[in-house]
Amino acid sequence: MPKTMSEKILADHAGKAEVFPQDLVEVRIDFALGNDITAPLAIEAFRRTGAKKVFDRERISLVPDHFVPNKDIASAVQAQMVREFAKEFDLPYYFEVGRMGIEHALLPEQGLVLPGDVVIGADSHTCTYGALGAFATGVGSTDLAAAMIMGRIWFKVPPSMKFTFSGKLRPWVGGKDLILYTIGQIGVDGARYRAMEFEGETIDSLPMADRFSMCNMAIEAGAKVGIIAPDSTTEEYVKNRAKRPYKFYRSDPDAVYEAIYEWDISELEPVVALPHSPQNTKQVTEMPPTPIDQVVIGSCTNGRLEDLRMAARVMKGRKVARGVRCIVIPATQQIYMEAMEEGLLETFIEAQAAVSTPTCGPCLGGYMGILAPGESAVATTNRNFVGRMGHVESKVYLSNPAVAAASAILGRIGHPEEVLS
Amino acid sequence: MKFKGKTWKFGHDIDTDAIIPARYLNTTDAKELASHCMEDSDPKFASEVKPGDIIAAGKNFGCGSSREHAPLAIKAAGVSCVIAHSFARIFYRNAFNMGLPILECPEGAERIQTADELQIDLDSGVINNLTRNETYRVEAVPPFMQKLLAAGGLMEYVREQMLENKE
Repeated sequence: MPKTMSEKILADHAGKAEVFPQDLVEVRIDFALGNDITAPLAIEAFRRTGAKKVFDRERISLVPDHFVPNKDIASAVQAQMVREFAKEFDLPYYFEVGRMGIEHALLPEQGLVLPGDVVIGADSHTCTYGALGAFATGVGSTDLAAAMIMGRIWFKVPPSMKFTFSGKLRPWVGGKDLILYTIGQIGVDGARYRAMEFEGETIDSLPMADRFSMCNMAIEAGAKVGIIAPDSTTEEYVKNRAKRPYKFYRSDPDAVYEAIYEWDISELEPVVALPHSPQNTKQVTEMPPTPIDQVVIGSCTNGRLEDLRMAARVMKGRKVARGVRCIVIPATQQIYMEAMEEGLLETFIEAQAAVSTPTCGPCLGGYMGILAPGESAVATTNRNFVGRMGHVESKVYLSNPAVAAASAILGRIGHPEEVLS
Repeated sequence: MKFKGKTWKFGHDIDTDAIIPARYLNTTDAKELASHCMEDSDPKFASEVKPGDIIAAGKNFGCGSSREHAPLAIKAAGVSCVIAHSFARIFYRNAFNMGLPILECPEGAERIQTADELQIDLDSGVINNLTRNETYRVEAVPPFMQKLLAAGGLMEYVREQMLENKE
């Protein structure tokens, strides 16, 4: 029977000829990860079973990235617990401060998660790796604990939804805008329990950074995975990084989809999600005048080199507006280094933005840019729920990096063309 | 399993930041987490919730992050059961894995209001609304999930598997 790529990956990992949506299957996992917030609960659960070993020390990564460098004593204790566990089980892919990056930028960069993999992560944005053609999904800490012991996990096979994009993207429009547009169309539970498959000529021409941004936010539509068929762009990205062999899966042309959406995006302008939901979208050209207090450029959604380049193009030779704090966070040490070599960091600092070491920090209201009551921020992050970046009476607007950079210069939400013209 | 308790009603798309804000995720202490449960949605909830109380909510309850601190905070607050029109998938897994009973019941989620007194029978899948004198039926829990619950959660299931593998 014709199958979607998600169904093929799950069937192969379950040792079955084929699987069908709604089947409960137990599958072998290729890689598992946790961070400094989710791993402590997993480690507690792991220890309660009395397990003496992990299933494969080279297929587990622990990445302290949310509240590190430690933001306070309590988070220092949590980071310590993760560090000690990694030491006890001799995990080679534990990434200490100075080596670490935001997990969903770091693991693909390091060639640890690959096309055709089944990846589970105790972090909802694990779905990012679908951009490589992997079946990757977020789980809780108890699932991570079980997977670290067994190397297996149970899944319900998700029905697939297909999103076909056609048309050439306008300037300053990218993967972030496509996914915000999609969530605006189908809503925050529009793909609940589903696999979202992105395809079409627009996707074919997207660089990896934009594909990662899209799959990253599949969870914001409630999806189990967001996935893109691997192609020559994928091959180019993984061939010199891969730490293991990998496999390309593609959906059969006559595979069964629960829903098919087809959008021509050639007229789409950059998209902004207004408080307090990622589905609350407008094109930036339709925005009412919106003054802002803070801009955050970074995160697992948009902290990659291509994102920083885009922000720097807008900010080059200009200054952040008075009354606005702009915080730029390269997602990994390697991206930080490359941004430095390309002069991007200089551009940001000359523009009077603050540049931070990699951390998830402000995205989830952890630290490094918390909002006061009544303040508004534009962020290239992924969630704008009530209180997400700080006080319950603060507001977050989600955008792509060029719009965030333009807004930092303008002191209000605006289009990059307004700055450059 | 049977529960009886008073209901706290919430709306659609209650996200995990609303259930337990990230600023409190620097601990795994269940009591500490419970003291901030639902803080940004209803500041009175954590101090006034009574053991056995029930949460009812709309669509997509528990959307957002994968933090297991969310079902943990709800459980430690003494909540016996969450009824919703639907659950976000990671929250759904997490609740089963840690033994927090949750029920998908669109009819109940719509009819039940704050302070309604409910009697729930998990085995027969029936919710009795004593305040409104109504009865709602719940979809059966899938057999595999029942196996997890019978084992006492995912880690107990894993422990059984570990013992089997040794033999």
